Amino acid sequence: MKLTLKVWRQKNSDDKGKIETYNVDNISEHMSFLEMMDVLNEQLIAEGKEPVAFDHDCREGICGMCSMFINGEPHGPGKGITTCQLHMRSFNDGDTIYIEPFRSRGFPVIKDLIVDRSAFDRIQQAGGYISINTSGNTIDANATPIPKDDADKAFDAATCIGCGACVATCKNSSAMLFISAKVSQLALLPQGKVEAKERVLAMVEQMDKEGFGNCSNTGACEVECPKGISLENIARLNREFLDASITSDK
Amino acid sequence: MSKELNSKVPTGQLKDLWTAHKDHIGLVNPANRRNIDIIVVGTGLAGGSASASLAEMGYNVKAFCFQDSPRRAHSIAAQGGINAAKNYQNDGDSVYRLFYDTEKGGDYRSREENTYRLAEVSANIIDQCVAQGVPFAREYGGLLDNRSFGGVQVSRTFYAKGQTGQQLLLGAYSAMNRQIAKGKITMYNRHEMLELVVVDGKARGIIARNLVTGKLERHSAHAVVLGTGGYGNVFFLSTNAMGSNASAAWRAHKKGAYFANPCYTQIHPTCIPRSGDYQSKLTLMSESLRNDGRIWVPKNMEDAVAIREGRLKPTDIKPEDRDYYLERRYPAFGNLVPRDVASRAAKERCDAGYGVNKTGEAVYLDFSSAIMRYGKEQANLHHEYDASDDRIRELGEKIVEAKYGNLFQMYEKIVDQNPYKTPMMIYPAVHYTMGGLWVDYNLMTTIDGCYCIGEANFSDHGANRLGASALMQGLADGYFVLPYTIGDYLQHEIRTGKISTETPEFDEAEKNVKERLEFFINNKGTKSVDHFHRLLGKIMWDNVGMARNEAGLKEAIVEIKRIREEFYKDVFVPGEMNEMNPELEKATRVADFMELAELFAVDALHRTESCGGHFREESQTEEGEALRDDKNFAYVAAWEWTGNPGEAVLHKEKLEFKGIELKQRSYK
Amino acid sequence: MALTGLFLCLFLVGHLLGNLQLIAIPGVEGKRAFNEYAHFMTTNPLVKILSYLTYISVLFHAIDGVLITIHNKKSRPVKYVYKNPHNNIPWYSRSMAVLGSLILIFIVLHMSHFWWKMKHSSIPMPVHKEFIAKPQMSPYGGIQDTLVSYYYTTKGDYVPADEVKVDYSNKKPEFYVNYQKYDENYKASGTEMKIGEGYKDLHSLVCAFFGQDKMKEAGIAANSNALVAVIIYVLSMMVLGFHLMHGFSSAFQSLGINHRKYNKLIKVVGKAFAIIVPTLFAIIPIVIYLTR
Repeated sequence: MKLTLKVWRQKNSDDKGKIETYNVDNISEHMSFLEMMDVLNEQLIAEGKEPVAFDHDCREGICGMCSMFINGEPHGPGKGITTCQLHMRSFNDGDTIYIEPFRSRGFPVIKDLIVDRSAFDRIQQAGGYISINTSGNTIDANATPIPKDDADKAFDAATCIGCGACVATCKNSSAMLFISAKVSQLALLPQGKVEAKERVLAMVEQMDKEGFGNCSNTGACEVECPKGISLENIARLNREFLDASITSDK
Repeated sequence: MSKELNSKVPTGQLKDLWTAHKDHIGLVNPANRRNIDIIVVGTGLAGGSASASLAEMGYNVKAFCFQDSPRRAHSIAAQGGINAAKNYQNDGDSVYRLFYDTEKGGDYRSREENTYRLAEVSANIIDQCVAQGVPFAREYGGLLDNRSFGGVQVSRTFYAKGQTGQQLLLGAYSAMNRQIAKGKITMYNRHEMLELVVVDGKARGIIARNLVTGKLERHSAHAVVLGTGGYGNVFFLSTNAMGSNASAAWRAHKKGAYFANPCYTQIHPTCIPRSGDYQSKLTLMSESLRNDGRIWVPKNMEDAVAIREGRLKPTDIKPEDRDYYLERRYPAFGNLVPRDVASRAAKERCDAGYGVNKTGEAVYLDFSSAIMRYGKEQANLHHEYDASDDRIRELGEKIVEAKYGNLFQMYEKIVDQNPYKTPMMIYPAVHYTMGGLWVDYNLMTTIDGCYCIGEANFSDHGANRLGASALMQGLADGYFVLPYTIGDYLQHEIRTGKISTETPEFDEAEKNVKERLEFFINNKGTKSVDHFHRLLGKIMWDNVGMARNEAGLKEAIVEIKRIREEFYKDVFVPGEMNEMNPELEKATRVADFMELAELFAVDALHRTESCGGHFREESQTEEGEALRDDKNFAYVAAWEWTGNPGEAVLHKEKLEFKGIELKQRSYK
Repeated sequence: MALTGLFLCLFLVGHLLGNLQLIAIPGVEGKRAFNEYAHFMTTNPLVKILSYLTYISVLFHAIDGVLITIHNKKSRPVKYVYKNPHNNIPWYSRSMAVLGSLILIFIVLHMSHFWWKMKHSSIPMPVHKEFIAKPQMSPYGGIQDTLVSYYYTTKGDYVPADEVKVDYSNKKPEFYVNYQKYDENYKASGTEMKIGEGYKDLHSLVCAFFGQDKMKEAGIAANSNALVAVIIYVLSMMVLGFHLMHGFSSAFQSLGINHRKYNKLIKVVGKAFAIIVPTLFAIIPIVIYLTR
């Protein structure tokens, strides 16, 4: 198939950037979206032009590296997939496709379609862990039974791949779903309860510092999340936060 | 220059070695650790867990990864699970049994003391990860669930649905985050190590490129730890991530670290086949599918051709016209033969012309029998004794969905075919490399102060890795082995003081890197890096892939050299050095693959036996099975760089087995 | 936002129940009930506290909403060239700020229409009057029922309208009679005495505002733009409905009340609330327009 691509090009973070138009031909419907981008880049290289920079790594939907905003949606059309899992059969011959970087104050553009998501790392560093040393002398793994339901819910929250689609699609560019996933995972497990209050306060504080917006419960994040992280987690985050704000010494 | 191999394995009873070793090994006292810097390259299970543990102990850690966050290392993609000798299921598992299975699975080509230690610390890993908040699967009683994996006789695999690697990596990542917040780890994201700096025979630092600004940076430390993963991408197509590369290990190799067993590659039988030349990577489907799927190709060549041309559908082929070749060849194990056997058998059929997709490189994995079998069972359970076929199929599909739903969904997303209705297509793909930098019992390479952990080293899996063992090894090395053993070296470094980066060695290293990068930018050839990488991958797959023979390997060595020369002559890298430049990143990685590939083929050529993932057509039993040659090849082949990959010097570490008796594998 | 929002939902229910008296009870009983209710709402000290709470809630809800919206807009300094949110979430969920602003404008209008007049207007409000049939001597002889207008007092009795003087100086209708009329010997003529307080006739005011002057509301000029008023009110209620459609369940989510068992209930109640409450509000002006 033949496609017209409108791609955001931006030399570096100081550049203003603009949309450029490219035409690609002979695109197979079996290609993944990123393979289509490979074809475009090969074509640009053959023309002596600079290829489009975009983030990608595992290409099987788990590393969370790919980050394109395709035709107005993070990871493009289709639910429960990352860009690398999007295949060209979702498009028709002759289509025009807009490809932009994720946009948020917390995600400054580095180059073309690549954004800096280190804000997510800093939020995790603020408290997304259980303070335990790797001594090998912890208690036996089965010493603390955990209700299966809690363990499953913790797992579901923990499947977040940190791609940032939630922020990208949110009209407020809020990172609540991302934070709630980690807060939920650890709040649901007995091991994580010890530090739950400090954790939620610290992570929310860091989130605010990073310039993300507020959650207005539109639910767009849940729809676009490639891993289907549930809004239930945001509610749990709110609950944990309210509880911690009222009862914590801090 | 040449260095004799000293594995530093302590003497004594196998089961007491590690404890005794820990008791007598050198230590650095906590006050002194503050003055010691350690560089860790790579933040996967091995690198991430090592960074966190070393920082907890008080060392100053500088961690490097080329991704935008440590959480994205490719360990995250591991699906199946992690083995541990916990014996929670009371099925007689023990440290010895795990050791035995790992050693045997590796076709007796790993150092048994390392493997035993791995089995020994495996239980700690589970305790540690649970304490960290890793949400492993649980039973209704709230205790941890296990499954049986990779054809072993016990259930010792802990898992978190199909995302065990992700959960374990995020556990290590969270442990790192805690130390980053404390300032004990300085994290360098989007940085790539391009050179190892060796001063007076000791690893003292690295040259890294900041991938955002393109600037070269000098980083010094008292020790350098490489946890940079495997080199499967030398085949261009593999289940590795696009960025996975061998450069760090290869740079260390060129500075004096011996490279061990490069030809040991694991080819995984159940991957989604290539659909065209544009294919950029291959996706693994969990091995568990073979429990219920039957593998076949058409019996008649005309049918195979008709399917390839789209004139026939697989469901049109009558049962008697199907060749269930694994069941035919291996009646005892059938579709459950080990990975290497299943892979080779698929290749054999496709090479003979029976492949079933457009590229001719695919076989069917058919669930219809399982669906009908389960359906019948369910119908009986529901007392529907005269259920129609459609009803039985419907009931059966529900059971299959409960078992493999997420995998079927993933397949449908990629291939756009419904695997409940039409058989899946699968083909083997490169998955894991057992070879890597040679390390001693302390995980130190042949360069003093340069350590290598995880998939990047060679130590624990021999010639073939068992399922659910890679995660175990990465975490064992990072959490529980390296943090102890590194003290043995660092105890002599407490008086060294800060290491300057303003030395001739750093100048020289940076100059070399700069010249290399400038070469690519100024080369102005006509073809892209990927073009050459594809060429390399093809010759590797064709001649150095699943089955190897002398003529093919010799041809490959010539070809690889030719491609390498052409690459340097004609590669085009657009853009500049001092900016973000993904093509330049690729160029340096592929340049290193070009050299590694040759050593790979040289190693495969020299090992005339078949063992594990390495199958030499010259060395097989009458039935066409792999035939080991313990008399001549029970050693680790450690190669020393002498200026050219084809002229590497071979050092042998003899493998002696006290804890286990050597047997020929048979799956008939 | 959530707490004030939910409090305002409660307020809506109260307000609606009161307003429904406008149309629920026919005839003079309805008028009496409504005006009594209006009186109660403006004078009871407890209600006063509640009403201040409501004002504060509205203010807080609005100001917080504005601040959050500004912050959220700033969170994406560079906008997307192409955004396609339609298949993700309903438009009203994305437009809470716009809907809220419209509601705020409506509240100002609404209060200027009724509340201001009721409380502070310098234009005296009409006073609750009823016509009672009274047997009177006919000029042609015989006794005949004649309609006489009376003021209904807060004590529940009636004073003849043309015999008392209404005084608004204390911002409430007070009835005075001239002593002369009753006890010529006792007081100097011209001395006035308060004999009771009346109800402000909000009922008639509302009916005149929305009605077509079919009933000639007592003492109030008909609103020549009644139709426009009805349309504005109905549209505003639609806006309110969409605001609630998202807001109601959203408030629960913000407070962390999200449970698999009850989510459906919250969603259904929320949707029902968002449809029923504004619809009932909107029916009132329509009915008045059609009947008065």
